[in-house]
Amino acid sequence: MKIAIVKEIRADERRVAATPDTVARLKDKLGFEVTVEAGAGVRAGISDDAFRAAGATIVADRRSAWGEADVVLKVNPPSAFDGGHEADLPREGALLISFIWPGKSPELLERLRARKISTLAMDAVPRITRAQKLDALSSMANIAGYRAIVEAANLFGRFFTGQMTAAGKVPPAKVLVIGAGVAGLAAIGAASSLGAIVRAFDTRPAVKEQVKSMGAEFLELAFEEDGTGAGGYAKVMSAEFIAAEMELFRKQAKEVDIIVTTALIPGKGAPKLILADMVAAMKPGSVIVDLAAEAGGNCERTVPGELFTTENGVHVVGYTDLPSRLAPTASQLYGMNLVHFLTDLGGASKWNLNLEDEVIRGALVTHAGEITWPPPPAAHPIEVKAAPAKPVPAALSAADKAKQQGARSLLVLLGLAAALLGLGAVAPAAFVAHLTVFVLSVFVGWQVVWNVTAALHTPLMSVTNAISGIIIVGGMLQISGPAASPVTILGAVAILVATINIAGGFLVTQRMLKMFSR
Amino acid sequence: MSSTLITASYLLSGVLFILSLGGLSKQETAKRGNLYGMLGMALAILVTALDPRVTGYQVLVPAVLVGTVIGAVLAAKVEMTSMPELVAILHSFVGLAAVLVGFASYLDPNAHVAGIEGLIHEVEIYVGIFIGAVTFTGSVVAFGKLRGTIGSKALALPGRNFWNVAMLAGAAYFAVGFVGQENHGGLLNLYIMTGIASVFGILMVMAIGGADMPVVVSMLNSYSGWAAAAAGFMLENDLLIITGALVGSSGAILSYIMCAAMNRSFFNVIFGSFGGPAASGSGAAQVVGEVTSVSVPETAVLLREASSVIIVPGYGMAVAQAQYPLYEIVKTLRDRGTAVRFAIHPVAGRLPGHMNVLLAEAKVPYDIVLEMEEINHDFPDTDVVLVIGANDIVNPAALEDATSPIYGMPVLECWKAKQTIVMKRSMGSGYAGIDNPLFYKPNNDMLFGDAKKNVDALLTALRESGAAAA
Repeated sequence: MKIAIVKEIRADERRVAATPDTVARLKDKLGFEVTVEAGAGVRAGISDDAFRAAGATIVADRRSAWGEADVVLKVNPPSAFDGGHEADLPREGALLISFIWPGKSPELLERLRARKISTLAMDAVPRITRAQKLDALSSMANIAGYRAIVEAANLFGRFFTGQMTAAGKVPPAKVLVIGAGVAGLAAIGAASSLGAIVRAFDTRPAVKEQVKSMGAEFLELAFEEDGTGAGGYAKVMSAEFIAAEMELFRKQAKEVDIIVTTALIPGKGAPKLILADMVAAMKPGSVIVDLAAEAGGNCERTVPGELFTTENGVHVVGYTDLPSRLAPTASQLYGMNLVHFLTDLGGASKWNLNLEDEVIRGALVTHAGEITWPPPPAAHPIEVKAAPAKPVPAALSAADKAKQQGARSLLVLLGLAAALLGLGAVAPAAFVAHLTVFVLSVFVGWQVVWNVTAALHTPLMSVTNAISGIIIVGGMLQISGPAASPVTILGAVAILVATINIAGGFLVTQRMLKMFSR
Repeated sequence: MSSTLITASYLLSGVLFILSLGGLSKQETAKRGNLYGMLGMALAILVTALDPRVTGYQVLVPAVLVGTVIGAVLAAKVEMTSMPELVAILHSFVGLAAVLVGFASYLDPNAHVAGIEGLIHEVEIYVGIFIGAVTFTGSVVAFGKLRGTIGSKALALPGRNFWNVAMLAGAAYFAVGFVGQENHGGLLNLYIMTGIASVFGILMVMAIGGADMPVVVSMLNSYSGWAAAAAGFMLENDLLIITGALVGSSGAILSYIMCAAMNRSFFNVIFGSFGGPAASGSGAAQVVGEVTSVSVPETAVLLREASSVIIVPGYGMAVAQAQYPLYEIVKTLRDRGTAVRFAIHPVAGRLPGHMNVLLAEAKVPYDIVLEMEEINHDFPDTDVVLVIGANDIVNPAALEDATSPIYGMPVLECWKAKQTIVMKRSMGSGYAGIDNPLFYKPNNDMLFGDAKKNVDALLTALRESGAAAA
């Protein structure tokens, strides 16, 4: 089976759908024949020779590259070029795997359908655990979040981290990240590692723990509304919530230096969160990075695709190609997403476009002359099936347990006291004296042994074996009668085995203790 | 040698024994502790030998010499992985000695048999022989199980609780007939009781499964102490009583720690076989998901790029003898500046503290070997966790799944680290027979194959990449 990796024609695109590493995997591990359009990787820093060395064949002509392949791998949706449209280039029945954005491009879907091309949209892969390795939206969002901070730091006039220098103090930067999804968390992580004070906001309370684990403060409204919608995405909030949210942002805008916004609602685009008046309230030199620019932007002053500076000196970054700015890494991670997808499709030898597979079916937007998007809702199996509810006995509260323990100990103590006094009434003096020694020794032993460090428990066992060889003393008192009497023989054997314990126990303990070194 | 001098010497020996155990509170003072123990023992034996009541030197000296030689040879030759067996067989010797001393004491023509003192004396003999016999046969069976001679599966006899009670009742019955008999007439009762106790000991240990051995060995350690204490009562010797009490408490504490670490009560372990009402497998949640596997070179890359690594060893690592090349890996990583530590679960291994000894033998410095309580909260800050030959002790179901048979057992929370790698021979399940959700977690990869081979290969890969990078 032949795979073609074609050159991206979008003006600001530097990524390519494979790297020499992923080409080697496609060829050697999955058994595909790989061709690469000449110059495809140049803007990502990958030469044609590098692809050749990994085992790909370089094809100079665009039409042959597309037209001779069974599977075409691409980053951006097929678009028009001078003299044609990319969607007309694959042969009939070929498979195209690329970002498609089916919701926004019905004409493209129609073009692909008409040519009977099967299309897998990387942005339509269901976001379930098992498909995480194919999730290109996440892998790209992660890069975008990181790059957002890099762009912000590039524009911002101070250090991110606070410093006390001999020449004076430099305060740390305060960063607000709106939306704690993949991109937001990546931005939080990058800003924290640069030393900034980071705060984050999200309408979904479930992400609070993740935000805090990355070292940022989670801002909360006094509201009880939960913004978690279907599939773990956010949903549209009530008017009161939005009003409270706006107040929060307004207050934050006066305090923070950098705002990174990443808020998107499926099907509804980018909500406007940073209004013009908030931008006007920010300090000069502040930076806003709007990761939702391509969908319209979360900030009212965003100019999609451009860097714009407002009258009061606030830089508004509306770049729509942040992942592309880290082209080598973005190409590698996207390429790996594709490799994982092709692995799930069976590789060249076991190729199976399995329509029963939730992931494949979910991503399939056109197939065999039909538009297959949106897919039928999948009956989603829960990932860990709980056993039919067995009544688990209600655990006692800690306070009740403590009371129970206390009562039990008291009873035991009373019982032992009664037994002891009973014995004292009838037993001879010698016995009671020995009993005294016994009881006190048990207490001493208890205290001493609890202090033994767990690492030395094995030597503890061998040493206690050795000292229990003290029973030799018992044997020694038995051997003074006639040599052949049963008492003497029993005593002699007892001495023998007790000595084995003594010698063996102490010597093996010594051997073990010698092994412990720092 | 006056009797007060002997008593004072015994007191000194007792103090030395207590100091000996006290020395084991840290590695730095442990060797000195062992020395105190040896001094205490030497003093006690010497003083008893010089006691005017002891005259049979022609029997004493050869017995001691032979015993010393055997003991020394055993101590020098035993493999650290066989320590559990050695400890078990040493317990059996104490039990045997207690039984023999008990019989000898009964048959001794010099013993007093008058009135209530005689009654108490006879009860002491009876109890001492009972405990000694149970310890003896139980330890021999434990030895066989640990060695593999006897199958490690729990022997579940029908109605075993009935039989246990019946045997104890039988022993009590014969006790009644035994006491007060003239001229050693109770010898027959004694023999019968010894027989019953021996069978009791055998059945008790046969009914316990292989992985519960740490509890069994600790319990027998405790019993050997009580047997010695009973002998002390019998012979009116305070040193025996003190020592027996020390050893008895020690074993009891170890048993308690082992049971707490498995979240099962002592009675459940000894008298209820595993797989009782909390049925294994049938109640636990079935885990659905995929397992991703990883290769040795990829693991080497992960380890190389990590700044902090924790290794969780299980008994499987020791069986595969992988601790030696593992230590070389640890050294290689530490030389590069990676922080490497070991996390030991209390019930890893077949004896309490067993993993520590095995790692010490491989020259792993003891300050990087940490117990579960000390290291469990560090997993979220760790880059890579390497799990070798361990399964149930890293099973998240113990914390998350109320229907699991291991629910409530404290475990090492390694899944909280950024990445875990589990080295396992295949996807077979651990002792508890339950699935382990750790394997299916997205931040986990499996490294399949023989542990020693993989560790050796990892070491080579790390050394090569080190040479290339340098």
